[in-house]
Amino acid sequence: MDYGTYRGILTLVILVLFIVIVVWAYSKRTKGRFDDAAKAIFDDEIKHDNTISKEEKESEK
Amino acid sequence: MSQTVASQTEYNYKVVRQFAIMTVIWGIVGMGVGVFIAAQLAWPALNFDIPWLTYSRLRPLHTNAVIFAFGTSALFATSYYVVQRTCQTRLFSDKLASFTFWGWQAIIVAAAITLPLGITSSKEYAELEWPIDIAIAVVWVTYAVVFFGTLINRKVSHIYVANWFYAGFIITVAVLHIVNSMAVPVSLTKSYSIYAGAVDAMVQWWYGHNAVGFLLTAGFLGMMYYFVPKQAGRPVYSYRLSVVHFWALVSLYIWAGPHHLHYTALPDWTQSLGMVMSVILFVPSWGGMINGIMTLSGAWHKLRTDPVLRFLVVSLSFYGMSTFEGPMMAIKSVNALSHYTDWTVGHVHSGALGWVAMISIGAIYHLIPALFGHANMYSVKLVNTHFWLHTVGVVLYIVAMWISGVMQGLMWRAVNSDGTLMYSFVQSLEASYPFYVMRFLGGVFIVVGMLVMAYNVFRTVTAKSGSLATDANTQMA
Repeated sequence: MDYGTYRGILTLVILVLFIVIVVWAYSKRTKGRFDDAAKAIFDDEIKHDNTISKEEKESEK
Repeated sequence: MSQTVASQTEYNYKVVRQFAIMTVIWGIVGMGVGVFIAAQLAWPALNFDIPWLTYSRLRPLHTNAVIFAFGTSALFATSYYVVQRTCQTRLFSDKLASFTFWGWQAIIVAAAITLPLGITSSKEYAELEWPIDIAIAVVWVTYAVVFFGTLINRKVSHIYVANWFYAGFIITVAVLHIVNSMAVPVSLTKSYSIYAGAVDAMVQWWYGHNAVGFLLTAGFLGMMYYFVPKQAGRPVYSYRLSVVHFWALVSLYIWAGPHHLHYTALPDWTQSLGMVMSVILFVPSWGGMINGIMTLSGAWHKLRTDPVLRFLVVSLSFYGMSTFEGPMMAIKSVNALSHYTDWTVGHVHSGALGWVAMISIGAIYHLIPALFGHANMYSVKLVNTHFWLHTVGVVLYIVAMWISGVMQGLMWRAVNSDGTLMYSFVQSLEASYPFYVMRFLGGVFIVVGMLVMAYNVFRTVTAKSGSLATDANTQMA
């Protein structure tokens, strides 16, 4: 297989892969999981507050 | 003993604070040098006939300071913060994280010393000589270890999309930097690239454009995907779109470099390929922008009261503007007019000052109170003042460069009926003069805004914890 054919096939493989990613991302199966992931950034407030309050206590010592 | 165990469950905010503060300081330095060299273009006598102060030496100092000192410090700060908070775990190693901070600061200082001395490899955005290049590679690999180590240690199963963008940025920048910096040293301060001719040019702009694509875009998109939803108090508009956005962006950006070399010795097919891929790049860029802006859908009123959110959202508007302008300028016939003119400079600054700086400033205004135990900044009013100073400055800057650039392009290509050039180069330079003064003014607005920010940050950091009460303007998530 010459270089050009090889690159051509590789480009095609990447294109197919990309289409697969789009179909997967928009499939019904992922919806719930992705919605949870999007909301997860609001889940760690306690850890954040603990870090800050613990550092404050240490600086008072 | 119990304390050490407990500390493992909390976050490492020390390194985040260090990088966040340095972002503000390097921002002032880098943009200040920018204003100074803008003044030199308007009033050339300002180099005072001192070699260290010549435009040719200070220009790389300016670009290195804003990209690698200001921008990259912001990326270090936010990536270390976001990866901890979204993975709900402490940084992989405090010692290595601390090493990246001090290592990176040492590299910046080395750059600030060597560039004015005229020590340069003369590769744009990669001017630093080989010993510093090696130091960058070492710090960067350490950064990757800390970041990916933290990802592996995560307490949640899903890797949040912001981390994907940060991860793509860290890996790609390592590859770009190491490949493009390959050189044969002849002394401690001089080396020659191992590439030659058109290959050297292609490698350089493969590096150069992907520094734009992965450092100045993917990294800051990571910032966008955390701080926009967080500041707006609502999840991102479409998580599915963000997944597609990531894969589309990383698979397309890498091809766009040749558009920097239109009508050069680069093979014609490579130029055309670069042009086509640059035009396609418009699609994921706008997909991402829409995803960010639409996160506010149903909460637009927050823009009225929250200047931090305004910084973040207006940065996305500038991102949309420059990612429309970029593909257009990559078209060969447009490029024939725009290339080597001030239009390019205007385009870069609409991206750098509009997108990169505004999203970073917004993120820092979100970070500083959070990191120092306050509900909000010392003065929300001053954040608003900064917003308007910055916006007016950017608009002055890019409008000046658009007019000057298009005018230069038209003057350079104008020919008389006998085929001779209608204008000399100096005539076009004279015509640009008023716009150079206008650009300088824009820059002054921006630096004054950064000084306002520094004061506000200083007052917030030194305020007694809890003394900055929550007011109606604060968005509590």
